[in-house]
Amino acid sequence: MPGKRIFVSGDEAVAEAVRLTKPNVISAYPITPQTVAVERISDFVEDGSLKAEYIHVESEHSAMSAALGAAAVGARAFTATSSQGLLYMAEVLPYVSGARFPIVMMNANRTLATPWALLSDHRDSLSQLDSGWIQVYCESAQETLDMVIQAYRIAEDQAVMAPMMVNLDGFILTHTYEMVDLPGQKEVDEFLPAYDTGNKMDLEDPRAVCYAAMNEYMEFHMKQEFDMRNAPSVIAGVDKAFGEKFGRYYSGMVEQYRCDDADVVLVALGSVCGTTRAVVDAMREEGQKVGLVKLRFMRPFPREEIMEIAGRVKAMGVLDKDISVGYEGIVFTNINSSVCDLSTPPPRINFIGGLGGRNISKEDIRHMFNQLFAIAKGEKQEKIQFINVGCDYNG
Amino acid sequence: MADKMITNAREMTNTEYLYGHRACAGCGGSLALRLAMKVLGPRTFVALPANCMSAVSFLYPQISFTTNAMITPFPATGAVLSGIEAGARALGFEDYNVVGFAGDGGTADIGIQALSGAIDRGDRVIYLCYDNEAYMNTGIQKSGLTPFGSKTTTSPAGENLPGATGRKKDMFEIVAAHGIEYAATASIGYPEDYLKKVSRAAQCSTTSYIHVLSPCSTGWGFPVEHTVELGKDAVDCGLWYLAEYENEEFTLNRKPKEFKPIEDYLKKQARFKHLKEKEIDFIKYNRDRKWEKIVKKWNL
Repeated sequence: MPGKRIFVSGDEAVAEAVRLTKPNVISAYPITPQTVAVERISDFVEDGSLKAEYIHVESEHSAMSAALGAAAVGARAFTATSSQGLLYMAEVLPYVSGARFPIVMMNANRTLATPWALLSDHRDSLSQLDSGWIQVYCESAQETLDMVIQAYRIAEDQAVMAPMMVNLDGFILTHTYEMVDLPGQKEVDEFLPAYDTGNKMDLEDPRAVCYAAMNEYMEFHMKQEFDMRNAPSVIAGVDKAFGEKFGRYYSGMVEQYRCDDADVVLVALGSVCGTTRAVVDAMREEGQKVGLVKLRFMRPFPREEIMEIAGRVKAMGVLDKDISVGYEGIVFTNINSSVCDLSTPPPRINFIGGLGGRNISKEDIRHMFNQLFAIAKGEKQEKIQFINVGCDYNG
Repeated sequence: MADKMITNAREMTNTEYLYGHRACAGCGGSLALRLAMKVLGPRTFVALPANCMSAVSFLYPQISFTTNAMITPFPATGAVLSGIEAGARALGFEDYNVVGFAGDGGTADIGIQALSGAIDRGDRVIYLCYDNEAYMNTGIQKSGLTPFGSKTTTSPAGENLPGATGRKKDMFEIVAAHGIEYAATASIGYPEDYLKKVSRAAQCSTTSYIHVLSPCSTGWGFPVEHTVELGKDAVDCGLWYLAEYENEEFTLNRKPKEFKPIEDYLKKQARFKHLKEKEIDFIKYNRDRKWEKIVKKWNL
């Protein structure tokens, strides 16, 4: 099937990508706003356009556990979740990454209860940074579709062998429609070879997987860490190969938008990068040197790129759609641990916004840039600032 | 899949598929698994959640299963079995078994949701619960299958409590209520009955369930050479029963002409030593009520 243009939601784009990547096993449990993706995938299995086993599991914990079992016999496995569902399966995430099974999962970013809420922020996935999974955050349905395809090639690379979570903002991306380029099956088959691994249970050569280790536990995890350090170059290579094949490049770990001569930059994840681009363009028109740092991967973390950018700007803002209550934004903590290695780090502000799906408008983003210009000039600023809130606070 | 029924020791292979493990002397659970593996054979995928058997047989690099085997998350035996089966089916494997060995807590408590899901899906997997009536691996804590009056480290017997106060969940009937293709209870005290049932399970085309009572010397408090005897006594005194569920019907495999005295079984075990007469009477009363129902409703 040759490529074509289709008008789809983010969830549907994920389903289309899953069909193209031909997983052997899909395990699925519904949670808003992920549901449309697993509904469409079930349609594809029903109509025969995706030849896969579709397992109706009874929980997210079982969704990931079934994927674990499938991966343990060498099958390519896919699952999808969101929010509380991700936390419910959290126990299984390190099982999968520790066993070095390259499962790919879609996560529709949605906030956590309580207060109970449906809309998008990044508290769910950012709570799982330490689970051993690669995490990418997407800005559009197109990028999500492309990253699901890339994810298998990254995760299954022998130098990496780590599971990968493809994040897209709930509703903002999962339920809005856009025109996307759908690659052809032949081209995807050429780009993504069938999964072949020695890391599996094998009837001809029986072995144990997911075993216990006491004396060697630390060495197993050192190996996991060292292999994860290979991921950035593999991600860059896959990005290049994908671009050459399909004409779309995503700049690997970090995309710098108009950052070359920027005085101040804002670091952000996911769909809010689209709004931020528009503000950057508008402020550039006015002669203000602002830029967007689109942090695509949270794990592995792009330490060198962040240090390089921070080393040449006058101020750096970090927009967190999350908060680690009792400290600061989780992205900010991660950025800081890199930036602080500079001999003269630039001043930084942590903007907390979008919790529970609260809107982040162009005016909000312009306000953040203005705050960054102010701190760059030496004005005193609160380190943590809440954006678009309906009450006064000390910040 | 097993091609033929194995019903006695002569028909059983001398090959071992589980050995060299670190289980306690007199372990009933390891005997249950060892025998089951002899029926299921080399082309078997084994999944074990956290339990004594995974703790004693899976420590890298000394793996005690000679077949394919993996540890699953504690609540997830049923789901991992489904995943293995789906993967094997998708990849076109032929002639194999998928079996899960979970303990009583891993089955009746934390794993009951995933077990229910697996049966509902009807995947061709064997779920085997080896029941030693408490969380033995973690140090003898009460589970949903700990019987009334049993002293554990979290259900102490004292002035105010007689040990565990719950009733042992009836997993066999809970599983049967799913309309499963085949379910059976067994005891390592009656190994030929048990072997036959594992053989039958391996011939199923959908999900099957075996619940095998597996006395635990350490947790129950009896001399290590009495494991098999205790497995027999439990059946003979009517506190456990040997039965099957198939084609939507229950069948009792063994009806003692008269029950052996319940006190003999209870008094052999440290966990029941504290029981007073009225508590033993209560256990007897519940046994008789259960058997009334069995005799009335099940085939013989």
